[in-house]
Amino acid sequence: MTESRMDTRPDESDVTQPTLGPVGMMRWAWRQLTSMRTALFLLLLLAIGAVPGSIWPQRNIDAGRVADYLASHRSTGPWLDRLGFFDVYSSSWFAAIYLLLFVSLVGCVVPRSKIHWRAMRAQPPRAPSRLERLPEHGEIEVDGAPEDVLRVAQEVLKGRHGLGRFSRVRSDGLSLSAESGYLRETGNLVFHAALIVVIVAVAVGHLFGWRGDRILVTGKSFSNTISAYDTFDPGPWVDTEGLSPFTVAVDRLDVTFEERAGGAQRGAPRDFTAYTRTQTSPLAPQVNQILKVNGPLKFGGASVFLLGNGYAPVITVRDAKGQVLLREATPFLPQDANYKSVGAVKVSAASPKQLGFFGFFLPSEYLDMDSGPSSFFPDLKNPALALGVYEGELYPQGRPQSVYTLSTEKMTQLKNSQGEALRLLLKPGQTAQLPDGRGSITFDSVQRWAGLSIRYDPGKVLALSGAVAALLGLIASLMIRRRRVFVRVRPVGRRTVVSIGGLAKGEDPGLGATIEDLLSAITERTGTKV
Amino acid sequence: MTNETLSQYANLGVYSAMAVLTIAMIAFAIDLAGTAPKMSSDRPRKAAGVAMMLTRLGGLLLVAAAALRGLSVHRPPLGNMFEFALVGCMFVIVVFVAISLRRDLRWLGLFVIGPVLLTLGLAITVFYTDASELLPSLKSVWLVIHVTVATFSVALFTIAFSVTILHLVQTWLEAQEPEGMSRLRTTVTTALPPARSLDRTAYGLHVVAFPLWTFTLIAGAIWAEQAWGHYWNWDPKEVWTFVIWVVYAAYLHARATTGWTPRAANYLALAGYGCILVNYMVVNVYFVGQHSYSGM
Repeated sequence: MTESRMDTRPDESDVTQPTLGPVGMMRWAWRQLTSMRTALFLLLLLAIGAVPGSIWPQRNIDAGRVADYLASHRSTGPWLDRLGFFDVYSSSWFAAIYLLLFVSLVGCVVPRSKIHWRAMRAQPPRAPSRLERLPEHGEIEVDGAPEDVLRVAQEVLKGRHGLGRFSRVRSDGLSLSAESGYLRETGNLVFHAALIVVIVAVAVGHLFGWRGDRILVTGKSFSNTISAYDTFDPGPWVDTEGLSPFTVAVDRLDVTFEERAGGAQRGAPRDFTAYTRTQTSPLAPQVNQILKVNGPLKFGGASVFLLGNGYAPVITVRDAKGQVLLREATPFLPQDANYKSVGAVKVSAASPKQLGFFGFFLPSEYLDMDSGPSSFFPDLKNPALALGVYEGELYPQGRPQSVYTLSTEKMTQLKNSQGEALRLLLKPGQTAQLPDGRGSITFDSVQRWAGLSIRYDPGKVLALSGAVAALLGLIASLMIRRRRVFVRVRPVGRRTVVSIGGLAKGEDPGLGATIEDLLSAITERTGTKV
Repeated sequence: MTNETLSQYANLGVYSAMAVLTIAMIAFAIDLAGTAPKMSSDRPRKAAGVAMMLTRLGGLLLVAAAALRGLSVHRPPLGNMFEFALVGCMFVIVVFVAISLRRDLRWLGLFVIGPVLLTLGLAITVFYTDASELLPSLKSVWLVIHVTVATFSVALFTIAFSVTILHLVQTWLEAQEPEGMSRLRTTVTTALPPARSLDRTAYGLHVVAFPLWTFTLIAGAIWAEQAWGHYWNWDPKEVWTFVIWVVYAAYLHARATTGWTPRAANYLALAGYGCILVNYMVVNVYFVGQHSYSGM
């Protein structure tokens, strides 16, 4: 052993480890898991584990971006996917971290609650014999008999200058022990218990909550049934037959974009307002309600949010005889800040071959040299449709497909007289004849659509209550001081020497001042001349 | 509707505040440089007095600039990077001045005004955004509640960060032999309060800032529930707000754990502040999410 060694503990190799049985091992593992060191480690791991979700696109937020990422990173992408980097918050490793933390939290809160429960009902400990050894200490000599001085001290301790009304004082012969700040530990426990409540609330929301999205063209209405949704995402324990039967009709959608400011702010959205008619059930009276971005509609536990908007050009397709094959407002999906939107028109009634139109709607059309027809502003300044035309089989083998794209594997693109791909550019009111007597397409007008998201989360009130309780507990645990103050009196002739010592849990820079206050209050109350 | 003239006055306010604070910072530096060991503690500290007066003036100018900016856009000035930076700096100076009314903070002035000037400089050049209206999702009372508290707690974390760094420096200096120290080190160690007291100050600031940050998180969740339909969407900004919360929570746990020295715990606090900087400068600008309000 070298001489510089300061540690007097024996080397680990010197110790014969006692063998642990299975129960001992379990107990050891439990101790390790619920120790503060592990909790700290898990906390830091949780922080680090959450970060990848902000760097890589996430499927639950934007599946399209994940697909783009995978398409452009062919070597690293699949590996990241296997490791769950595109579903971080539902990945098994992230769940492992927070579940371990959850267990550690429970394992910490339960025994501490028991200890605190006992401590709150116990008497403060007896005053130590040598108060001057405590971190804070003060002594004075006052007039009066020791018993009287002690009575004064007790009053002062309970008073404003001492530890307050809620402190507990124990009298023990010629000494007093007082303890205050039990609420510090109470707050701390409330904080941790409330975090458990929040986690439970999140789980409740996940199991019993649902979310549905629906694109609703103005003038149309929808009722809250699964079939009415474009996408519906229920929790595992949701009764999908028992949704509350409300209906929402969007009569008008007002949209405002920034026109005055320049730079990046130009065209930024300023206001979206939907004017709706709602019914809580098919027999209930209709109510006119305004739906805004920060003002959802509420139906019992479910809320309707206005999360998106776009354009739905009204398109009419006729056959060669002028018979209308299709006339409807077709929603197009915005792709950029200026609402260059993609969409498809599928004419399954066309014969002998089905017709499909695929392309862009441009609210403010201009021709970009590189990217072709584009939009320079999100509002309707120069609306136009730019479409390519396909013919063939729209739904090969009846597979489900997106309504916004055309599956062209069994279709061929129509060509113009020069043999180039036929491209139509239509302004509202214009009609284009399709080549070789296939009929015509008319761009009648433009309507808007509202992107509605309907959410039901039965856990949210519980989550909020838990969060607020956690905050209050946190404030209590950080702001309240846990203190012990001891008072001893001893007679010196006809006077009395008062000795006060103080002890605090954690940092407590104000304890010394409190002891001085106590001493001067005792001096004053005993009528001692200074 | 925005008022260009008022926003020009607001910028003028920022420039004048920067000028005044620069002089204040120099005066604070002169004051600290004049500290020498064995000097009586009641030496006249004229430079520090001037610096304190100028800091108060600079604070007033920043309050005026923020108010003018708000008037020019008819809303609280909390809508983009420039405005967060401006209001954040204002809070830092206001908090510093407020605490200095009760405690001697002349040693801290230099280390608070330095970062503030840096931020203001970045704000008016790199982050600058023309006065304009807000996105629909930002039009809510929660903007005032959530963003004001967030900015205020970041201001407290900023001051705490400066004090924490000073604590680490002072701890390092106190461990050295006084005889062998260079003049610069002697000056620094004499000018600063003892390490223990610096640590206590930093801890006190963190303890106030952390519940405010918790509140920010909760208020943000309530607002997200109203604007986006769910209280928690794992948006990059939410992720980083959560990461910051967790790191500072770890700091507070480390403080309460025996076996962690204050110095080791303080490194966690520095890491927390690093996350705040990432949250403000990287997440706002580079990450795609629903909080893309940088205006850039």
